[in-house]
Amino acid sequence: MKSLHAQQHPLADTDYQLAVLNQAEAAGAQLPAFATRLRETGLLPLRPTGISVMQINVGKMCNQTCRHCHVDAGPDRTEIMTRETMQLCLNALAQTDIPVVDLTGGAPEMNPDFRWLVEQISKLGRQTIVRCNLTIIVANPKYHDLPVFFARHGVRVVSSLPHFSASRTDAQRGTGVFERSIRALRMLNEVGYGVEGSGLMLDLVYNPAGAFLPGSQAGLERDFKQRLLREHGVVFNNLLTITNLPVSRFLDYLLESGNYTAYMEKLIAAYNPAAAANVMCRSTLSIGWDGQLYDCDFNQMLDLLVDAKAPQHIRDFDLGALTQRAIVINQHCYGCTAGAGSSCGGATV
Amino acid sequence: MEKPTYYNPADLAKFGNITEWQPEMGRKFFDYYAEVFKDGALTEREKSLIALAVAHAVQCPYCIDAYTTDSLQKGADEAQMMEAVHVAAAIKGGAALVHGVQMMNKAKELSM
Repeated sequence: MKSLHAQQHPLADTDYQLAVLNQAEAAGAQLPAFATRLRETGLLPLRPTGISVMQINVGKMCNQTCRHCHVDAGPDRTEIMTRETMQLCLNALAQTDIPVVDLTGGAPEMNPDFRWLVEQISKLGRQTIVRCNLTIIVANPKYHDLPVFFARHGVRVVSSLPHFSASRTDAQRGTGVFERSIRALRMLNEVGYGVEGSGLMLDLVYNPAGAFLPGSQAGLERDFKQRLLREHGVVFNNLLTITNLPVSRFLDYLLESGNYTAYMEKLIAAYNPAAAANVMCRSTLSIGWDGQLYDCDFNQMLDLLVDAKAPQHIRDFDLGALTQRAIVINQHCYGCTAGAGSSCGGATV
Repeated sequence: MEKPTYYNPADLAKFGNITEWQPEMGRKFFDYYAEVFKDGALTEREKSLIALAVAHAVQCPYCIDAYTTDSLQKGADEAQMMEAVHVAAAIKGGAALVHGVQMMNKAKELSM
């Protein structure tokens, strides 16, 4: 499977995606503006509560081409962050008390300077989260020691595993992904990840393999823990439920499968003011592979830069100005405010 | 205009409207309904799969739509959902067949 970008698909154009998302009416259904709901909740303009997570997207290159990927990542994507841009991120980090750096991609480990970056974050005494797709660990011998490397730096590993059954995982992430993910999880367990008392955190991410919302995080976590232990001898710490946002390849899937309108209606009907108050963009700064600044990784993939009154590139980092910014919102934001809420850290309510 | 049918998928979302003509009973029903499906001695996923099986037994298209979606949301996979439908089929089929004993009893009563 090729990325939308490589296919020269119309949805590779973010203006086109935004035009689709901003149709106030689709298939006869009214889709009210997210800004209207936010105003009713008393949260417009949406402001940060502080910045506790610096999320760095180190590139779109990935060994997988998942059907729901909002990054449109894949082996054919070559955009990756240079060491110079990483240094700018580290310079900014050093000026602040931001405690957590969340590394994402693509498969962040494919960036040749990935390990260097983790080492530098460690030296600054900050916690690193890596969003590891698991299969990268077994993709090539040069990645087999990643669990040991992660453990050495106390990296918190957050990995996607959309289901405890192979059929539903492979439907979203590609044939054979489940089996390779289980192999990688065992390698992480072997060095202590997910094992009680080790202090090495291994969280799994559940996101629905289709046009429906995630169920209760606690209930799914219980089922995942039982099934993965019983059938595969695998342990982990927390399950994080994440709602798929109608962006890029998941938007393509919704449109192609005829589920777009019903899915948007579902998100809108499930709007939860408490989840709106807890959205992750209020405490996150998202940095693109080229150093540009965004309110979240989804805005990044829609080319929605932070508000122009704030610095828009990491070289101009100014914590005060960024903390005062008005967060850029659009229709996809309904994905983070539905039901129990959704964020890179799972449910928010 | 689409040809009208007895079942309209859009009506499922209007289920709550039944309270308009009898608010008290409707409200009590929905409160009870919400209570039934909470995590308890059975998990939410187990309850959703039971509801899916019953939906097939009572052949309610609204319920099949609702509890297919709900089972997926609660984390059920295809094998679990199809096994639930087989449970419904086994009980429906068994319910017909077990009356075969009554038929046999009556036939024997009437026969030499």
